[in-house]
Amino acid sequence: MDRFSWSNGLLEINETLVIQQRGVRLYDGDDKAKLDVGVALLSTHRLIWRDGKNHDCCMAMPLSQIIFFEEQAAGIGKSAKIVIHLHPSPVNKEPGPYQNSKYSFIKLSFKEHGQIEFYRRLTEEITQKRWENTPVSQPISTGTGPQTGRTRAVGIVGIERKIEEKRKETDKNISEAFEDLSKLMVKAKEMVELSRSIASKIKDKQGDITEDETIRFKSYLLSMGIANPVTRETHGSGTHYHMQLAKQLGDMLQAPLEERGGMMALTEVYCLVNRARGMELLSPEDLLNACKMFESLKLPLRLRVFDSGVMVVQLQSHSEEEMIASALDNVTEKGSLTAEEFAKLLGLSVLLSKERLLLAEKMGHLCRDDSVEGLRFYPNSF
Amino acid sequence: MHRRGVGAGAIAKKKLAEAKYKERGTVLAEDQIVQMSKQLETFKSNLEEFASKHKQEIRKNPQFRVQFQEMCATIGVDPLASGKGFWSEMLGVGDFYYELGVQIIEVCLALKHRNGGLITLDELHQRVLRGRGKYAQDVSQDDLVRAIKKLKVMGNGFGMIPVGGSYLVQSVPAELNMDHTVVLQLAENKGYVTVSEIKGSLKWEKERACHVLDHLLKEGLAWLDSQAAGEAQYWLPALFSELTSRDVTPEEANQMTP
Repeated sequence: MDRFSWSNGLLEINETLVIQQRGVRLYDGDDKAKLDVGVALLSTHRLIWRDGKNHDCCMAMPLSQIIFFEEQAAGIGKSAKIVIHLHPSPVNKEPGPYQNSKYSFIKLSFKEHGQIEFYRRLTEEITQKRWENTPVSQPISTGTGPQTGRTRAVGIVGIERKIEEKRKETDKNISEAFEDLSKLMVKAKEMVELSRSIASKIKDKQGDITEDETIRFKSYLLSMGIANPVTRETHGSGTHYHMQLAKQLGDMLQAPLEERGGMMALTEVYCLVNRARGMELLSPEDLLNACKMFESLKLPLRLRVFDSGVMVVQLQSHSEEEMIASALDNVTEKGSLTAEEFAKLLGLSVLLSKERLLLAEKMGHLCRDDSVEGLRFYPNSF
Repeated sequence: MHRRGVGAGAIAKKKLAEAKYKERGTVLAEDQIVQMSKQLETFKSNLEEFASKHKQEIRKNPQFRVQFQEMCATIGVDPLASGKGFWSEMLGVGDFYYELGVQIIEVCLALKHRNGGLITLDELHQRVLRGRGKYAQDVSQDDLVRAIKKLKVMGNGFGMIPVGGSYLVQSVPAELNMDHTVVLQLAENKGYVTVSEIKGSLKWEKERACHVLDHLLKEGLAWLDSQAAGEAQYWLPALFSELTSRDVTPEEANQMTP
């Protein structure tokens, strides 16, 4: 920690911010630094750290100080860390929080995550060494003066060897995983090709496929994640899974829909349903495919797509005429309404109240006043 | 004379067709479906074995996730298509990305009133991490990008606009064409843009610049500062970085000089 110098944290000209991450605690070697949790900032030239509460407490170190760094995985009760091994300080280093340290390395502890991206960017910057190309107005001490050149702190060689061993071990694990994955992919590819052959035969009507076989085929595609090629679309045949889902949704969404004026955006439904499930979540496509079956299963819900592309689930009982009539009534009563005002009035989301107003406009009951102040709707007297 | 029953005739016809096909070496679709069903069972057990050995790798290693996704894409398989898919069920990739999708939607919704539905990938990443809490798995920006791609099918206008080396994530169905995108990219440097800058950098006529800026204002993506020294500045809240603006607590606000 004695490699840091006090800094005002302002970037120099030619110095760019690469990434910043909150919730970072510094370690002097293996010991927690006598500092609170703060923000770590990586620029093209420096590693900067600023106290989370006291912004005046800010320190920086040139990236050229860094010999190498490695990740330390999170453990039970321990956050993930990046361990950074450093060159000795140059003689002319500006004062910082620590006068001396017995350690030649620091750690960044990521208490609020973000270590993956930080590590990735740090790797990029150390590789590219952009600080060498774009000198900054105020010379930032480079950390490698003539005296410090080849001097290495004791123990670094041992550390490097450990790192190399660990890297080899990790590489071995990864390559085994990749090998197994590649074999798996070969088999998966065979099935993709088989499914394409089947699909084209169904299309060309070679052979006699029953409805049941088609449904089974679709479920195989679903299991493998193969996009449904053009098959004979028999009315109402999704997979059994989607039919089940549709029925579940029919039960589950009644109350929430009533509460929200009979209509919910599909993304709202997605969040609601998945939050409730907790595990074995639905994919966006699962939800969409299930909702498409509402009508054919004669459930009291409908999937509806507005002109803007917005998709909603609405209660069948809430008819179009009712919605338009209510929109017209509200606008007439207030003289004019924006989507935001209408939303507040009905307790709907702004997105959906806007769609209702647009619908009423489309049917000729409302007309718009479109200006930079916003979109306002008036009853149509034309 | 015997009249053959319709049933018998149909069966005979089918048998004839089958024979003809087999002669030509063409396999019937229904036979292939049976074949696929068998292969599927084998594949499922292979995948189970893979999962028992390497499931952790996918969970812990974002690089591996990227490679996995790319391999799937190459062979034409979407491991995230359905929660009921083998990949999702056995490797657990589904829940990881679908939950991320929920978190992304919630962050975008919470900030929409401020940035009009446009947010930098960096800020989205930070806020999602904060929302996930200390004990959750870390996520990379690549993970976010893949989750967002899946959200598109739900029609809420999710999209990504390349800007300055990263992306702006759009979460509302606002129409943004090339002109709008290019102005957003121009504004990325300082967080705002003026008509003169647009005319100077992009060589547009004043009307075209104003038209684009008006649209951004209307959609709530830009704020107008007409009191700026010189000419009016159009600020994009999506581009406000934490360095230049931070959320002020009520106590801090009271202490600030008017």
